[in-house]
Amino acid sequence: MSGMESEWPLRTFRVLKRSAVRLVGYVPDAGHKRLIELCLAERKLESVVLSTEEEGIGLAAGAWLGGARTVLLMQSSGVGNCINALGMVRECRFPLLMLVTMRGEHGEFNPWQVPMGQATPAVLGAMGVVVHEAATAQDVAPAVEAAARLAFGGYQAAAVLISQRVIGIKSFQEQAAQ
Amino acid sequence: MRNPLRRRQVVAALLRERGDLLVVAGLGSTAWDCTAAGDCALTFPMWGAMGNAAMIGLGLALAQPARRVLVLTGDGEMLMGLGSLATIGVRKPRNLAVVVIDNERYGETGMQETHTARGVDLAKAALACGFRAGIQVRRAAGLAALRKAVHAAPGPVFAQVKVAVEKLPLVLPPREGALLKSRFRRALLGAEADLD
Repeated sequence: MSGMESEWPLRTFRVLKRSAVRLVGYVPDAGHKRLIELCLAERKLESVVLSTEEEGIGLAAGAWLGGARTVLLMQSSGVGNCINALGMVRECRFPLLMLVTMRGEHGEFNPWQVPMGQATPAVLGAMGVVVHEAATAQDVAPAVEAAARLAFGGYQAAAVLISQRVIGIKSFQEQAAQ
Repeated sequence: MRNPLRRRQVVAALLRERGDLLVVAGLGSTAWDCTAAGDCALTFPMWGAMGNAAMIGLGLALAQPARRVLVLTGDGEMLMGLGSLATIGVRKPRNLAVVVIDNERYGETGMQETHTARGVDLAKAALACGFRAGIQVRRAAGLAALRKAVHAAPGPVFAQVKVAVEKLPLVLPPREGALLKSRFRRALLGAEADLD
């Protein structure tokens, strides 16, 4: 992995700190592994490991009621678990920042990941979430910065879809080694 | 009567002289119960997002560690978010209490039985998930201890209150989500919340 590619989690982490994010909700994920480790090591962040992604929507809503900003880290399959709860985000106009690592997209080896991965942008769009796509490692931190501004400055639900090209998982062996 | 406790009396007893308590009310009957006890800006009543009440409580409890947070919800709503008991049990917020008003029915859809009518014990589930307390209350004699646990015991506290099946007059909170959110934030954080 080149320097730039391995650096995107750190650059993203810095953006989250600059954006005054206080809570991180996540489901363990190979693509987000490094960013999750950075968040867990930061004592000023409250990290919450979730049993399913939908819980993160409630977590972020409750935190905003209490005056705190949240980022949710999940895989594209987890977006499907959030759909009904995203209705609350839209109706209540909760700010929401979701960072989504894509599966079922660029060079997927697992056919079961493909339907949800392919539907992810449409599903988010249908629920009123503004989608930012990061196709390369260099795109990730600027896309997160833009999405964070839209979420917390513009009171919107915003997602960054981090391409499978960036994550680079092409086999079960690679996934296990992440 | 199998379950003599009446839900509105239980909720009123918990919310009487509520001090600076922050409340999340799960959709349906528990939200109406909270409104019957007095509409309050520091109660966030849900009209949807079934299964998310406890997690909203966790987010609020982590954002406001100096305040006591109470989630009041129904058995059907809690069953839909059972994983959140594990998430809360792992995180262990000391300022969070979750109280399930358990009539063993889906009250808004025709009083069909929930899993708790067939023996599912939510209080034991909460204890198994790592809650510091998992109480089941069936009689009026248990209400004083319940109120004490909800308001003051080290959390996370869980309580399952078995109540009678009854059809009660609707006492509805405002419906608009954006209004409910903004009035809660303004009451908790002051007018500067509008500028965040």
